[in-house]
Amino acid sequence: MPELPPSLLSLDRPGSALSNSTGPIIDFAPDASCLDVEGLSLAYGGKPALRDLTLRVPRQRVTAFIGPSGCGKSTLLRALNRLHDLDETVSRQGSIRLEGQEIHAPEVAVDELRRRVGMVFQAPNPFPMSIYENVAFGLRLQGGMSRRRMNDIVEWALEAAALWGEVKDRLRASAWSLSIGQQQRLVIARTLAVRPEVLLLDEPASALDPISTLKIEELIRSLKSQLTLVLVTHNMQQAARVSDYTAFLHDGELVEYAPTASLFTNPRLARTENYITGRMA
Amino acid sequence: MTTLTIEAREVRRRERLETIEKSLDRRHAKERRFRRMGLAAVTTGMVLVVILFSSILMRGLPAFWQATFYLDIHFDPEVVQVEARPVQEAGERAADFRDRDLAWQSQVGLVNWQQLIDDALEAELGEEIEARQTRDLRALVTSGERRALRDRFIDDPSLLGETKRLKLLASANVDVWIKGNIDRDLPDAQQQLSAQTREWADALHERGVIRNAFSTALFLNPDSRSSLASAGLAGAFMGSLFMMLIVIVLSVPIGVASAVYLEEFAPKNRLTDLIEININNLAAVPSIVFGLLGAAIFIGYLRLPLSAPLVGGLVLTLMTLPTIIIATRASLRSIPPSIRQAALGIGASRIQTVFHHVLPLALPGILTGSILGVAQALGETAPLLLIGMNAFVSNVPGSPLDQATALPVQIYLWQGNELRNFFEARTSAAIIVLLALMLSLNALAIWLRKKFETRW
Ligand SMILES: Nc1ncnc2c1ncn2[C@@H]1O[C@H](COP(=O)(O)OP(=O)(O)OP(=O)(O)O)[C@@H](O)[C@H]1O
Ligand SMILES: [Mg+2]
Repeated sequence: MPELPPSLLSLDRPGSALSNSTGPIIDFAPDASCLDVEGLSLAYGGKPALRDLTLRVPRQRVTAFIGPSGCGKSTLLRALNRLHDLDETVSRQGSIRLEGQEIHAPEVAVDELRRRVGMVFQAPNPFPMSIYENVAFGLRLQGGMSRRRMNDIVEWALEAAALWGEVKDRLRASAWSLSIGQQQRLVIARTLAVRPEVLLLDEPASALDPISTLKIEELIRSLKSQLTLVLVTHNMQQAARVSDYTAFLHDGELVEYAPTASLFTNPRLARTENYITGRMA
Repeated sequence: MTTLTIEAREVRRRERLETIEKSLDRRHAKERRFRRMGLAAVTTGMVLVVILFSSILMRGLPAFWQATFYLDIHFDPEVVQVEARPVQEAGERAADFRDRDLAWQSQVGLVNWQQLIDDALEAELGEEIEARQTRDLRALVTSGERRALRDRFIDDPSLLGETKRLKLLASANVDVWIKGNIDRDLPDAQQQLSAQTREWADALHERGVIRNAFSTALFLNPDSRSSLASAGLAGAFMGSLFMMLIVIVLSVPIGVASAVYLEEFAPKNRLTDLIEININNLAAVPSIVFGLLGAAIFIGYLRLPLSAPLVGGLVLTLMTLPTIIIATRASLRSIPPSIRQAALGIGASRIQTVFHHVLPLALPGILTGSILGVAQALGETAPLLLIGMNAFVSNVPGSPLDQATALPVQIYLWQGNELRNFFEARTSAAIIVLLALMLSLNALAIWLRKKFETRW
């Protein structure tokens, strides 16, 4: 059983007994939702990976998706910025709305959607370019920006990703010369530079050492004031440390979704409890 | 009972360790065997390559030096009876002047240039040549040299009356005789040169009038049948060059563009599957079939000229396209998907992703594939035979529409020449030239690869 920070344990528990009922238990009603997923089903070549999923992601909060390997966390995350579009074997039903607008609507430009909903992957994937060019790349795509303004934004993004101090003297060095932890922060800076509204993080720290992990976690907490974050993680402490809300997925279904504190201290379902206490892989 | 179990366990553990050790030995032996086999295979390959190259070099290198006469040619006004070259007069039309000049040139052509060579030889030999010996004398210098004298005079009419030391190629048979490529003890009946000619050749060789000199003819002259010693590769080289240009200009852009489209943009459906299968099959089609296709389409249907590098280039393009497409697709596929996701993830469009990130990374592979495809086309012979590029062409082609042959075809033609003693070496020399060209293309491929790879 992962130990919970005292702050979480001190929260009062709604005294409900563990239940074994099926169907998602959703214990919150965020006032301002940023992403609305409704009845989302997704299959890879006929093999279902998400089943009739409905959930809302609150604005300017950190929402964590947890669940056993293969339960569909990455699939859901990728659905949120339509990365599945390129895979023709993927079939999808249901809707996803970003700030009230359906992202699958024909008038939505998918590249603009991906700018608004940025994504950071498990393994850092900087481009084979300089550190500066990596961050500036998204800005260059949009075009029509003065050199000075670009410099400012690159600095701001690296600052926001807590990397500026470490790289400010070597902006022209290859991005591949950075440590893995620095590369991951560079990738976050690159995503931040195009000013996304949502940042999707798929196990962003799983390839990192503990210190880099802490840095990323701090970063996630600090970014919350500016944008909406969705975090996939296998690390329960991490979910508990950084997220405001946690959704537990299992086998492509949403099992339980609640404020992090209450989900970890007082899960309503036995399945959730088993998972977070490590009794279920 | 507990002790027993412990003992039993200990025995089991030991047995287990023994099996592991045994299997380890077996696995190591297997590895050693495999290594030895690999080494043997590589050594065999290397030995064969060395044998191949050294035999070609040994046979071909001497052909780069040819028996050459160093003669004082006197442009005797008695023999060269021509007026001064016309100059354009004031008020004369350019066409009129050209007509006069051409008339002068044909007059020059009528001069008995052979007489000048005969005279020079006679002077060198220091003996009176009787009329019946003229044949023997004229077997010394290759016949193409009289035309060379004529051309030299047309370029510089002031030579009239002058004496000039010139290099004249010995005839092919003299070259063979001097180099000892024919058995000197063969009876007269089996010798290609008369006894008299042989005697003269030896005498002149001894006195340094005939020397082995580097043969520029091999590089500067087109093929020749009347003057075998002056047969060169220039025509075939230009033909190959024109074809290469056509292949590069057509097959690289078309091939890379189709590969990029198929790999990155085309929907994956029955139709594209079919196209993919067909491309893979085309790569395996024997090259001679492309020749048949080219003959039917380009010559039979489009009425393009026979033996033209244009047609050859088009046929080789067809042949090279599948190679380039397959190489390009393979190198596009080898770009890690994370790069694509990264670009898409921050809002790059598909085109931007491909052109900013995927293509630059795939470039070394694409270049290597393309250059190897082009190099393969450069060495191709079979399809060219079917579109008439094995014709004997005695001019250097000036455009892709002129008749021409190609280097590998020239090798094939020389290999078939009856004067084996002379052309065996010349064939190998042509092979050396072709191989050198191939090696430079491959070196270029390697260089480009390194250049684009070491960016990061
Ligand atoms: N590209 C794909 N093609 C086919 N099936 C896929 C593909 N990607 C994922 N799947 C399947 O979909 C299901 C969900 O996968 P997903 O990657 O979303 O799981 P996950 O929860 O992210 O797992 P993990 O925690 O191991 O990353 C799995 O059964 C997986 O095998
Ligand atoms: Mg995953």
